[in-house]
Amino acid sequence: MTDIFKILKGTPEDSDYKKKGVIVQGITGAYGSLHAKNMITYGTNIVAGVTPGKGGQKFEDKVPIYNTVKEAVDASGAKISIIFVPAKFFLGAAKEALEAGIKLLVAIPEHVPVRDTMEVLDLANKKGAVIIGPNTPGIMIPELIKIGIMPATPFKAGKIAVLSKSGTLLYEISDALTSAGFGQSITIGIGGDPINGTRMIDAFDMVKDIPDLEGLVVVGEIGGDSEEILAQRIIDIGFKKPTVAYIAGRAAPKEKRMGHAGAIVMGTYGSAESKVSMFNKANIPVAKRPSQVPVLLAGKMQQSD
Amino acid sequence: MRLLEFQAKELFRNYGINLLPSKASTTIEEGRKHAKELGYPFVIKIQVPVGGRGKAGGIQKCQNDDEFELKYPQVLGLTIKGEKARAILLEKMADIKKELYLSLFLNRSKRCYTIIASPEGGVEIESVKNQIIKEVGLGEVSDQVAREVAKEMKLEGKAADDFVDILQKLAKLTVEKEAELAEINPLAIMQDGSLMALDGKFVTDDNSNFRHDELQKYQEKTEIEERAEKSGFSLVELDGDIAVVGNGAGLVMSTLDMLSDNGGKPACFLDVGGGATTDSVYEALTLISKMHRVKGILVNLYGGIVKTTVVAEAFLKAYDDKLINLPVFARLKGTESDKAKEMLKNSRTKIFDSVEEAINAAVMGIKR
Repeated sequence: MTDIFKILKGTPEDSDYKKKGVIVQGITGAYGSLHAKNMITYGTNIVAGVTPGKGGQKFEDKVPIYNTVKEAVDASGAKISIIFVPAKFFLGAAKEALEAGIKLLVAIPEHVPVRDTMEVLDLANKKGAVIIGPNTPGIMIPELIKIGIMPATPFKAGKIAVLSKSGTLLYEISDALTSAGFGQSITIGIGGDPINGTRMIDAFDMVKDIPDLEGLVVVGEIGGDSEEILAQRIIDIGFKKPTVAYIAGRAAPKEKRMGHAGAIVMGTYGSAESKVSMFNKANIPVAKRPSQVPVLLAGKMQQSD
Repeated sequence: MRLLEFQAKELFRNYGINLLPSKASTTIEEGRKHAKELGYPFVIKIQVPVGGRGKAGGIQKCQNDDEFELKYPQVLGLTIKGEKARAILLEKMADIKKELYLSLFLNRSKRCYTIIASPEGGVEIESVKNQIIKEVGLGEVSDQVAREVAKEMKLEGKAADDFVDILQKLAKLTVEKEAELAEINPLAIMQDGSLMALDGKFVTDDNSNFRHDELQKYQEKTEIEERAEKSGFSLVELDGDIAVVGNGAGLVMSTLDMLSDNGGKPACFLDVGGGATTDSVYEALTLISKMHRVKGILVNLYGGIVKTTVVAEAFLKAYDDKLINLPVFARLKGTESDKAKEMLKNSRTKIFDSVEEAINAAVMGIKR
């Protein structure tokens, strides 16, 4: 099982404990540079950028830019990379990162062809690397490290893990949690594509054994069956921590893609009803509105006291 | 995109999958010509991008001219699940011994391509019994795997050979065209033991369109969808009267749900996306102004990357240009939302602190 905290934080004996280096692929693009700045402001240790043809320059007069990921890895020793490149260049950029020894790859681009994602996952499996995304807002340990495009304001350090397919719902629901006094130990954006490098169930496995975890929030949406599979896992292992879910897309018409490539109901496969009933079976309440999530979570906590 | 049956069959034909003779037309004049070329009896099949055609009367047997003159216009005039006929396919009738099921699809939970086959086809996949399921990684189907499936299907002789051939060709087609689903249902065993694809369903990955110019002729988009795509936001038209605008697919879906829960009827799903600019939001409002059923606009923005002021500016410009004269019910939160609220203070936009309040006001406001 992937120890995601070890990758993101390290262990106390590491010289770079709590400041693991992160490489930004596509750091000179509009999107890449904006978010590289935001991540640096947040406290993420951005150690190198990669843009072919811009090697030797410096980003913001500080961060060295390299032509290849391999050079960036050789110079910085970083094992984490975040990708900001147009979807059609994602396959090349991701393979390059994995070949260079990256162990955690955060794949931001939307509209990556599924086939390319599958090819990247195949290589990641061989290399023992973790992919978050594509089409993800990223992953963060609030107040420690942010590898993604999420705004800083909704999040606060705490003891609730949040897993979400959607970016904006992750912000919206984390904001509601924070306002209600529920900080987050980790938030993971699964991504809105049909095929995810880290599935709901994989993300759950990453967070379920956090020693001081006080609760779990799952933000799903129509399409696929990752929520159902997660609910089944929760039943199977007898996971007892207070858990609340939210599912978007109850009112969506069938056979229409609702913005995200993965948000589509085919026949009965991927329907909100199927997800809600599976969560109910696992004794997990499903909120009707994002603002209801903290209320239900507080209720679950009282029950388990 | 989802191809129509005759388009899927064009691909099948190019890949050498056995088919009955068939011809697609859009007018009865064309149809008459095809009827002569094919000769009776044949089947008249409506071409719509949804299932359940047979039940809805969209597939009719045709034995002679009189039947043709009666049934062709009948089938062409049908609307099935809200979808009008795009074309009519005339296909030779055949003597069938048995109907099988075969598909390759992108298995989301296992993250690989998967074969589903069954000796009992001809019904919707949900009711297909005795399914044989085989995961095949990135979609390569070896001789050995194809033979194994044929054996599990209890096929022998020519039927088994044909099945192996069709399965491998279907897999090649799936991989090369980057399909999410390639389905032959029914795959029929004919009286002579050979196999024929009697129907075809083919859904490709829209995100791979840039690599498939050859498929673009099958692309079906309304002018509004076309313009939305060009401006980098996504729009799905619905049949209600309150346009729903927000940023992020999840948030917009969630807003649709809450609106529907409170008795409102969404007119569209409009995600301005993470790269929203004043221009792209203005374009979004232009598209909404073209939807005549819209009586009000519900806005739910959680500014992260997107500055809410960018959206506010687009609304002000749309009012100034008399582009929209609809009531707007907005909830703005996040980046620069205080400033955005200030900007919109004296416009027709009503600002609310919570999305629930904005929804209630929209539903009440539209009712009057």
